[in-house]
Amino acid sequence: MAALSSFADTPTAQPSEEDRLSLAFLKDRSTEKALLWCTEYLNEEGHGSLLPMTRKVMLQICSDPTLTLDYLPTLGLPEFTRSATELALGRDSPAIRENRAGGVQTLGGTGAIRLGAELLQHWYNVGGARCGPVYLSSPSGGSVAATLQGAGISDIRSYRYWDPDKKGFSVEPLLEDLEVAPEQSVIVLYASAHCPTGAEPSQSDWKQIAEVMRRRRLFPFFLLPSQGLCWGDPAQDAWSLRYFVSLGFELLCAQSFSTNFGLYSDRVGSLLLVLKHSSLLLAVQSQAASLVHALWSRPPGGGARLVTMVLNNPALLAEWKEGLRVMVERGMLIREKLKERLRMLGIPEFWDHVTQQRGLYCCTGLTEEQVQFLVMTCHVYLPASGCVNVTAISGRTLDHVAESIYLAVTSDLQEYRH
Amino acid sequence: MSLFAEVPQAAPVAVFKLTADFREDKHPSKVNLGVGAYRTDECQPWVLPVVRKVEQLIANDHGLNHEYLPILGLPEFRASASKIALGEDSPAIKENRVGGVQSLGGTGALRIGAEFLRRWYNGKNNTATPIYVSAPTWENHNAVFSDAGFTDVRPYRYWDAEKRGLALAGFLEDLENAPEYSVFLLHACAHNPTGTDPTPDEWKQIAEIMERKKLFAFFDSAYQGFASGDLQKDAWAVRYFVSKGFELFCAQSFSKNFGLYNERVGNLTVVAKDSDNASRILSQMEKIVRTIWSNPPSQGARIVATTLTTPELFAEWKDNVKTMADRVLLMRSQLKAKLQALGTPGTWEHITQQIGMFSFTGLNPNQVGYLIKEKHVYLMASGRINMCGLTTKNLDYVAESIHETVTKIQ
Repeated sequence: MAALSSFADTPTAQPSEEDRLSLAFLKDRSTEKALLWCTEYLNEEGHGSLLPMTRKVMLQICSDPTLTLDYLPTLGLPEFTRSATELALGRDSPAIRENRAGGVQTLGGTGAIRLGAELLQHWYNVGGARCGPVYLSSPSGGSVAATLQGAGISDIRSYRYWDPDKKGFSVEPLLEDLEVAPEQSVIVLYASAHCPTGAEPSQSDWKQIAEVMRRRRLFPFFLLPSQGLCWGDPAQDAWSLRYFVSLGFELLCAQSFSTNFGLYSDRVGSLLLVLKHSSLLLAVQSQAASLVHALWSRPPGGGARLVTMVLNNPALLAEWKEGLRVMVERGMLIREKLKERLRMLGIPEFWDHVTQQRGLYCCTGLTEEQVQFLVMTCHVYLPASGCVNVTAISGRTLDHVAESIYLAVTSDLQEYRH
Repeated sequence: MSLFAEVPQAAPVAVFKLTADFREDKHPSKVNLGVGAYRTDECQPWVLPVVRKVEQLIANDHGLNHEYLPILGLPEFRASASKIALGEDSPAIKENRVGGVQSLGGTGALRIGAEFLRRWYNGKNNTATPIYVSAPTWENHNAVFSDAGFTDVRPYRYWDAEKRGLALAGFLEDLENAPEYSVFLLHACAHNPTGTDPTPDEWKQIAEIMERKKLFAFFDSAYQGFASGDLQKDAWAVRYFVSKGFELFCAQSFSKNFGLYNERVGNLTVVAKDSDNASRILSQMEKIVRTIWSNPPSQGARIVATTLTTPELFAEWKDNVKTMADRVLLMRSQLKAKLQALGTPGTWEHITQQIGMFSFTGLNPNQVGYLIKEKHVYLMASGRINMCGLTTKNLDYVAESIHETVTKIQ
């Protein structure tokens, strides 16, 4: 047998920034250390939240003798996709009534983005110029670009989103960028709870965005990663999405149920399709089925069953919504406490942006040098963007994090400049 | 005007359409021999008793949470899954040159392997490397490799319709003539759809040519244990190739042998030359996984890992698997016996010579059409039947229907 491997030239993959941070944090022996980046909603003990009802519902499901382990349909559990679609669009959505909105069950949010990307790559504007550029916000959530690339989309551009001077979202630069985007470009938008900044367009901003997109025939690909965890109300978190639908847009929306149901390892997601006519929906769903068949064949059952049960049982639904409110309140409280600590330490600027942002994430506005200082000197780990997951700040680490940020902002960071 | 206006309706997958037609059929004696999952003699789905037991254990274990698994999956699952394929005492495992990628069933494992090979095998991003799949093969093999970017997916001769067995000479010839470094997709056991496997001796001949022509072995192992009832026997081919020093991939599915269809449990076992190669390969596979499903579902992997690593549960599982395999073997022998008793024209030895869930009956498309339309016995146009659709109650009807079909339609 030949001595040389067929894979001798395969290089080691570079770890992602997320992986590098986690590794460095794990290796760090300091007693006062904090890892501020994570994609889960962490509880006070630093673990992914588990909703109180989850265990009892899961037990119910696996004790039910009528439930088999037979394959789900390729497009997923119909009751699940129907419920997911209604949750996103509202039960009385005209698109649902007109049978031109439907979902495809996917492997979490990533699976939905990947499937949406595959559909765009293969079937968007088939008669014309196919899939043109795809625009992501600047900055954008970790693996979105890579997932699009995985589907073969290579022309990925960005639109301005985070305004470092304002330390928030600014609509004017975004509108400028949309004005010059080629017609029929795909624009990826967070419906709410933007990752990684937590900064949100206002309703009036959204109206302006929609107007430009309509005029320039730009295609919306919405991301809805944690519906209910932004404003504590699923309907409000979907306002922008529903607004676009009401204007008659066709769109895709990648829904994840990882965070708002605490079902991270169950991989529950849905790709929502809103088309102009029901016949188009059927055609696109059939092509989605074809793509799914060669990706993962069928989706997993357990998590989708749980979500379906909760969304369709009034008592469980109320319990779930209350759980969301509690989670959002805790997130807001952490933001308040951080802002207050910084104020008491005498931080020179206002840190109002921390409490103005919503959802899991917060863009601190710290510069790259300040971030480096935090990582290298204070044992506080966060990505270069300066964005953090607020739930990663616990009661135990709050003081250290606040003090470290204060130091970063007030120290002379000559040595960190390059 | 919709930008999806010109999207055509995709052709339905044949086996799904068959099941849909079966469901709509109101005939009281209808039989579904296209079903894709195990059925009991009462024609019911069967959740393995050991699976029910472990599900309860998991549900009651408050130490377990629903946090993201690592991208490559549950470590205990990956290790125990690879071990079941390669054997406890596999030299490759001892030499630390085996890796596993927890995947979404067998399909997911095939897709990760295909995506990796397209990027890193036989050059960089060489989409032209020929991918050989058996003629016939599982209908999804083609799609998985072409969707992964390969442009040259070709058949290798496999089924000899005339002799109703393996087309060995043609197979070996196709191996000899394949361009160096071509990838060959091999069914580890219980070939789908023919149920016809090479004998150990034939595997040796296949391996000899593959080694000489530097062909890459990518095994699809969806029926380990389910085919013969014996885990070792069903893994013989894969282990033989490993013993000959091959680097190879093995896409494992636990859908059938654990009955965990909708939990989507699979594992891509990677056997590399050495541990350094294995690490580098896995690091690239991790990047690929990140862009498809990010990290895999935990439930099925936990069930399999717990079962494989707990002696009493492992024993119970082997027993459950044997129950399924034995029922299939019984249906095979009884169907053959009934056809012979009826004096149905043709030979029916292949029904008991073939192995696994499927049998290639040898019925032609006209006969298949008659069986479906007139007798309401549903099977694939290729003449493939799923033995799990047979029960002691419907055997007579099916045998008589086949008899009628073969005597009426040529």
